[in-house]
Amino acid sequence: MKTTSFRRVYVWELPVRLFHWINALCITVLCITGYLIANPPAILSAAEASNSFWFGTNRFIHFATAYVFLFNLVFRFYWSFVGNKYANWRNFFSFNRRFFRRIARVLKLDILLLDGQADAAVGHNALAGLSYFVLFLASLVMIFTGFGMYADMSTWWLPQLFAWVPGAAGGDYLLREIHHATMWLIIVFVLIHLYLVFFHDRRDGLGETSSMISGYKFVEEEAFPEARQKKLEQTNAD
Amino acid sequence: MEPTTTQRPTYYEELRRKGYSRRDFMKFCTMIAAYMGLEASGTAQVANALMQHPRVPVIWLHFQECTCCSESFIRSSHPMVADIILDKISLDYTETLMAASGHQAEAAMRKTMEEHDGEYVLCVEGSVPVYEDGVYCCIGGRSAIDILEETAAGAKAVIGWGSCACNGCIQAAKPNPTGATPIHQLIKGKPLIKVPGCPPIGEVMAGVLVHLVTFGRIPELDRIGRPKAFYSKRVHDSCYRRPYYDAGLFVESFDDENAQKGYCLYKVGCKGPTTYNACGVTKWNNGTSYPIQSGHGCIGCSEANFWDNGASFYTRIPTFPGFGIESNADTVGKVAAGATAVGLAIHATAATLRGKKKGAQMETEGQANAAELD
Repeated sequence: MKTTSFRRVYVWELPVRLFHWINALCITVLCITGYLIANPPAILSAAEASNSFWFGTNRFIHFATAYVFLFNLVFRFYWSFVGNKYANWRNFFSFNRRFFRRIARVLKLDILLLDGQADAAVGHNALAGLSYFVLFLASLVMIFTGFGMYADMSTWWLPQLFAWVPGAAGGDYLLREIHHATMWLIIVFVLIHLYLVFFHDRRDGLGETSSMISGYKFVEEEAFPEARQKKLEQTNAD
Repeated sequence: MEPTTTQRPTYYEELRRKGYSRRDFMKFCTMIAAYMGLEASGTAQVANALMQHPRVPVIWLHFQECTCCSESFIRSSHPMVADIILDKISLDYTETLMAASGHQAEAAMRKTMEEHDGEYVLCVEGSVPVYEDGVYCCIGGRSAIDILEETAAGAKAVIGWGSCACNGCIQAAKPNPTGATPIHQLIKGKPLIKVPGCPPIGEVMAGVLVHLVTFGRIPELDRIGRPKAFYSKRVHDSCYRRPYYDAGLFVESFDDENAQKGYCLYKVGCKGPTTYNACGVTKWNNGTSYPIQSGHGCIGCSEANFWDNGASFYTRIPTFPGFGIESNADTVGKVAAGATAVGLAIHATAATLRGKKKGAQMETEGQANAAELD
């Protein structure tokens, strides 16, 4: 019987993978600690406050992780200019007609599950690229609102760069609400993102999940130029 | 040199005339310098200024407000504060406290404006309604906006007392039927100091005025125009209950044991974490107490839109606009996450059904390949 052969393609470079997992870890930690800051659990304790600092520690973890999150994102921004073609910014931000045609194709095939011409994307498909752009914007919102609220507690110049945000937003109160609501946007993103990774892996069997660990994806032999050339010659010979 | 009798008296001269001793005067200077956040030598600067400068003429206007700023001011901890500024010494015009009324009062204001053009300090208490040509607040037959524009034109500096003047306070809350507008949106091109609060702390108000007199210029302001000396810290960051917050010990309801123990009021809606004011440091009523110390959360009265921020002074997370009274960002978020999960489950089921044929093919192929390995 006919069997498909695949070639291993190096898609996600090590810096991209590192960014991904650091980012994932940061988002997890930030969501948990952030949710606790907004909704602290009721603790009935007989201990003196002077012996206890768990909420302060929780906040500390949140702020420290926020720095890692920020630097990680800055690094990824840089890498989108120097990394390989799959890491390039054009994957996320090229709103031309071709990009929207590709999005329509992905919507049809992967989301509405209709038949049609498969999307040839090896790295991000167009819709995924767009969703990461939305995540990038949400991350910026989190950074600006978060560091805006934090600036007052710090004397370092970096958070001071965001000290104008509360004034511009009309006070800390609105910042908190935006910060909190955007957390939920990111949680919804994570849900969809995880699901679609598993969905693609199961349906296509091309190593979608492990690609973010190893860096490799599997591409059918037929997709490569030489294979296409060979096929063309064969047809001509027939 | 002109004889001193025709000159305006200095603050010190007026105080001595009122029967205060020099000792009282120095005590006042020390206290106010401390409130202003000056170093120890600042006391001498304040004393010198008050002894040498003739009193600064003040026009104090009242528009849409409740006079709580004036009330707070005349109750500031040192009696001299009220005397020095209010008790006929400095105040050329203020509806609440002046002796004159009617045409006499209006004449007094006009006289001050003409004699001290470019010298007087304009204090504004209250917001200004702008709808319907400003008919919602008229004094002496003239609209507030009219009076404000005329008096501001010749002022050396403008001080906005209280949240009304600084951000509109309650009358600017939705739906703001009179178009109540904070003064910084109406006055352009004048140094403007915002002293928000409902009311602001009396000592803070006095501190701002004494700063103007002592240094002849407005105090250092933050990005939105509030004096840094009093509004650079959150109430939360200077709160004596802060250790309970860091320890994660919170009042759950106002009648529980934690409330008795004086734990942090964060979860019962305290707005200290988002409010910039000096309450935790300066306190109120001669340093007696402040809302949090009295067991009630901060309501954020010195922050813009504090009436519209969220549904209640007693909940921490605001209701989410457009999703009903009981829904906050968490409710909306949980529903959104739940709906997403349901959507994904439907997609997964559909994908399994639609992909059966291809899946079967892949499985056969995979099994055949596995068999070859044997």
